[in-house]
Amino acid sequence: MKHYDVGTSAVNQTNAPEKLYLSIENLWKAFGGFVALKEISLSINEGEFVCFLGPSGCGKTTLLRAIAGLDLQSQGVVKQAGNDISNLPPSERDFGIVFQSYALFPNLTIEKNIAFGLENAGRSKSEINARVVELLSLVGLPDQGKKYPAQLSGGQQQRIALARAIATNPGLLLLDEPLSALDAKVRVHLRHEIKELQRKLGVTTVMVTHDQEEALSMADRIVVMNHGVIEQVGVPTEIYRDPVNLFVADFIGETNQISTNVAAGGRLSIGERTFACREHDFADGNDVVAAIRPEDVIPHEAGYVSSDENLNCIDVLLHEMEFLGSFWRCRLQHALFGDAELFADFSINAVRRLDLGEGKDMVIELPADRLMAFERPGNAT
Amino acid sequence: MSALDTAPETMPPGPEIKPKLSRDDIIMRGGMVVIALYLVISLAFPLWAMLSKSFSTYKFNLSQYEFQVSDDAGVFDGTILTGTQLNDQTQAYGQSDLSASSDSRLGVTKFFPDFSFRSPVMYKIRNMVEGGRFLVGSTLHDTTDWTELDSNTFRRVQLRPVKSTGMENFVNYFSTPALFNSIKNSLVIALISTVITVSLAFWFAYALNRSCMRFKGAFRLIAMMPILVPSLLPGIALVYLFGNQGMLKELLFGASIYGPIGIVIGSVFFTFPHAFIIISTALAISDSRLYEAATSLRSTPWRTFWTVTIPGARYGLISAAFVVFNLVITDFGLPKVIGGQFNVLAVDIYKQVIGQQNFEMGAVVSVVLVVPAIFAFAIDRLVQSKQVAQLSARSVPYAPSPDPKTDRFFLIYSSLVALFIVGLLAVCQFAALVKFWPYDLSLSLNNYQFDKMDGGGWASYFNSIELGLLTAVIGTSVVFFGAYLVEKTNGFRTGRALFQMFAMLPMAIPGMVLGLAYIFFFNNPDNPLNFIYGTMAILVICTVTHFYTVSHLTAVTALKQMDREFESVSASLKQPTLKLFGRVTVPVCLPAILDISIYLFVNAMTTVSAVVFLYSPKTSLASIAVLNMDDAGDIAPAAAMGMMIFYTNALARIIHLIASKGILRKTQAWRTR
Ligand SMILES: Nc1ncnc2c1ncn2[C@@H]1O[C@H](COP(=O)(O)OP(=O)(O)OP(=O)(O)O)[C@@H](O)[C@H]1O
Ligand SMILES: [Mg+2]
Repeated sequence: MKHYDVGTSAVNQTNAPEKLYLSIENLWKAFGGFVALKEISLSINEGEFVCFLGPSGCGKTTLLRAIAGLDLQSQGVVKQAGNDISNLPPSERDFGIVFQSYALFPNLTIEKNIAFGLENAGRSKSEINARVVELLSLVGLPDQGKKYPAQLSGGQQQRIALARAIATNPGLLLLDEPLSALDAKVRVHLRHEIKELQRKLGVTTVMVTHDQEEALSMADRIVVMNHGVIEQVGVPTEIYRDPVNLFVADFIGETNQISTNVAAGGRLSIGERTFACREHDFADGNDVVAAIRPEDVIPHEAGYVSSDENLNCIDVLLHEMEFLGSFWRCRLQHALFGDAELFADFSINAVRRLDLGEGKDMVIELPADRLMAFERPGNAT
Repeated sequence: MSALDTAPETMPPGPEIKPKLSRDDIIMRGGMVVIALYLVISLAFPLWAMLSKSFSTYKFNLSQYEFQVSDDAGVFDGTILTGTQLNDQTQAYGQSDLSASSDSRLGVTKFFPDFSFRSPVMYKIRNMVEGGRFLVGSTLHDTTDWTELDSNTFRRVQLRPVKSTGMENFVNYFSTPALFNSIKNSLVIALISTVITVSLAFWFAYALNRSCMRFKGAFRLIAMMPILVPSLLPGIALVYLFGNQGMLKELLFGASIYGPIGIVIGSVFFTFPHAFIIISTALAISDSRLYEAATSLRSTPWRTFWTVTIPGARYGLISAAFVVFNLVITDFGLPKVIGGQFNVLAVDIYKQVIGQQNFEMGAVVSVVLVVPAIFAFAIDRLVQSKQVAQLSARSVPYAPSPDPKTDRFFLIYSSLVALFIVGLLAVCQFAALVKFWPYDLSLSLNNYQFDKMDGGGWASYFNSIELGLLTAVIGTSVVFFGAYLVEKTNGFRTGRALFQMFAMLPMAIPGMVLGLAYIFFFNNPDNPLNFIYGTMAILVICTVTHFYTVSHLTAVTALKQMDREFESVSASLKQPTLKLFGRVTVPVCLPAILDISIYLFVNAMTTVSAVVFLYSPKTSLASIAVLNMDDAGDIAPAAAMGMMIFYTNALARIIHLIASKGILRKTQAWRTR
């Protein structure tokens, strides 16, 4: 059984005192015969912003709903603030939630929407009003209180939903793809706002998304999921730089993949050559996939000769270039790769400096610490 | 942690987590159970009582009794004869005399030809089996002991029938041509009416959806009028037009309106709106891109009609056909008024029960009637589910372009249909206002003096309004709340599925059957609910149940359009679900709620079939009064009362319209951006 402990990850975490808030132990969820979540274990610290990231249908929402008690897990334990809440109904748990649809009550004004959860808890009318005003200004919509939800834009509705969810100061904030119904510009803007708000309130937050950029930019920790299991948990940079398997490497960012096998000394053999690579635990002769991200490929001018064979230099033909704004996406050909082409992203600067162009020869370097070996899919051991 | 560490595929064995129920869960499940219980009591139990009745037979079993007779001195010689032997000797009773109903009694003196109640002869009688039954006066004897009686007392001995369960009633039914011929009659009538109504309604709907003719709004309104009157009203109009003293009698060339012709014409009238709505909806949702494609392929209009229009509307057509079929075959009022000697199933039930007091046979006919009704209902449901799928994939709606020739043709056609509908109503209204059709056509209000007629008078009219209001208020509350619970309760799958099934059942049960089933269930003295028999309460319950399904479906459709996360949000905010229900669900669904209440009101005003078995002199209804006055020959007052129902319903619809508009404007400002 794997237990992913978000809080004790290797990366430095100086500001947050690590106090366990939410823990999930060996959780399963089956819909009839279909197992949607398998053996999920996870710990989340107080005040953290955690993203569940994965392709559609991988079980992110299912896990979130289990945490909320909206769709109970089949087996497993959920603990919040030290209490076992595994079988509690949502109304006896402590969380606020924002759905993709926002689920704002259409016939109530913005004020009444936000006040909905504040009623029946012994607060006076004026207390409630004061809190609503405070929340409205917190989400940056101080004078929209009298409108109805349909009269607001999508982004504004989203913020109202957020305000409603945090109105009662819940210990846990759950967000299920809160930004996916918005257009790209608003989305980027709101990312920052939500993150800001979360930091200000210090509320432990779990957000579901299938947008890796969103997860990378917002999360303190990312939980990468696939087919109902957790593939990797870590801070964004770690997930990006040190993916534990090909799925993570491929799902987050982009990766060149080359089928190969392990040669003597742990090097990777591609064609007749072998390459130095990052450390791995595969035995010699194992079939693996070599992977390197396009931006990790280092360009050199044609004819460049390296002194050290561990620098993995290859002469290639620059077949095609595509300008993508801040960099050039280049397709490189070499007999070693057969018909496949290697993708590389070169800065505008490098392209100008090395005078690169379509049809020209050049040399590239595959840095050994960026060349990773992964188990081949379908090769389960 | 390593990439090689893959999780197992199957869940380890072990108990699933049992959810702790929240207060809301308990309240909602409780509410659902209560409403389900209501449906069980108001539907399942009565139907069960009816079904078991249809399989019960009562018979006098003469072999169960033994008799001894003394001589004139009162001395018994020890000869013992069974009832069977005595009957064989005397031929006192034939086979048919021995079949009975539950309350039948059989005297025994006929077994003794010399019997005289003044003679000194003594008699002995006993049951041969424990639990056998005979009465002396009103004292029940059910032991095997001999009872010795003088001849004067022996006169008062009565045998009780034995109940047995079996197919005998059905065998009886199917060996009586007068009864089972009705099956054929009903089917033929329903089929012919279906074909005519669906064809008429199709072209009418086609004209409204696909042509640019004028007065569409008026035509739509007229097409809906028949819904506002009892099904027997067109029958009365037909009597006036084509009956023995009818103005247009000659048009029938000697055929009689009393019988299949009258039933078919009247059925077309009262089922027309139902077919029209369904087909119109089907035509309205078809995709205009198909027509554009057909035009660009240079398809002829005729070809386009058969390859695009008809296939697009086919689910609507099939559904309309089954709805009409169902309405006609289960209708009671119309054939009662204009059927003459032509027997149909629904009227047979009435005749068996009310005319002959043969409840068992009434139950048998009911069972026979339920079969085609359920069949038509099931197919309709199947087809409707397909149509929904088609609807959700819909795209660009069709916009007709003017074409003077076809538009004129459709205008003429629609006017003829409208004339038929308005004409029949106008005849009723006119007949109600004249002194003595057709001899004295001067106007008078004599026919509105209902209190001078049989049928319950004006009181029955006000009873109807009371029934309509109560049904609307109570029915809407029960139905909407029930639909909410079944849609939004967490878990509890089996319970919810069961509830859905119960909610669909009433649609498949003909009104006559429901009413008869209520007699069996509620009129049983052992039933603790017996006290509601003969009250307004049973009429309300029966009417709510009778029209439950359509109301339920309307509510469910509205609820399905609500965001399904409202309840989740409310729970996360620790607010009671009932607060959400009152503050959000009800206001947002108000249009549907108003629709349900007007539907229930109008139907309560016009229904005849279920309540005809259940009203008491104190709770007579306007629609029943129409029936009874017509039966008594007071046809003009019947027409007058029928038109009172029409105006009341029309007024109710107008109020409903104004109220919904007003309420919507006030409470639903949020709908507009
Ligand atoms: N009520 C249900 N009954 C049966 N299967 C379900 C149910 N809910 C979810 N599933 C299945 O469980 C799997 C995980 O669903 P889930 O909604 O958690 O995915 P997700 O990761 O949130 O995907 P998305 O990004 O599309 O929202 C899917 O294969 C889905 O089909
Ligand atoms: Mg999801």
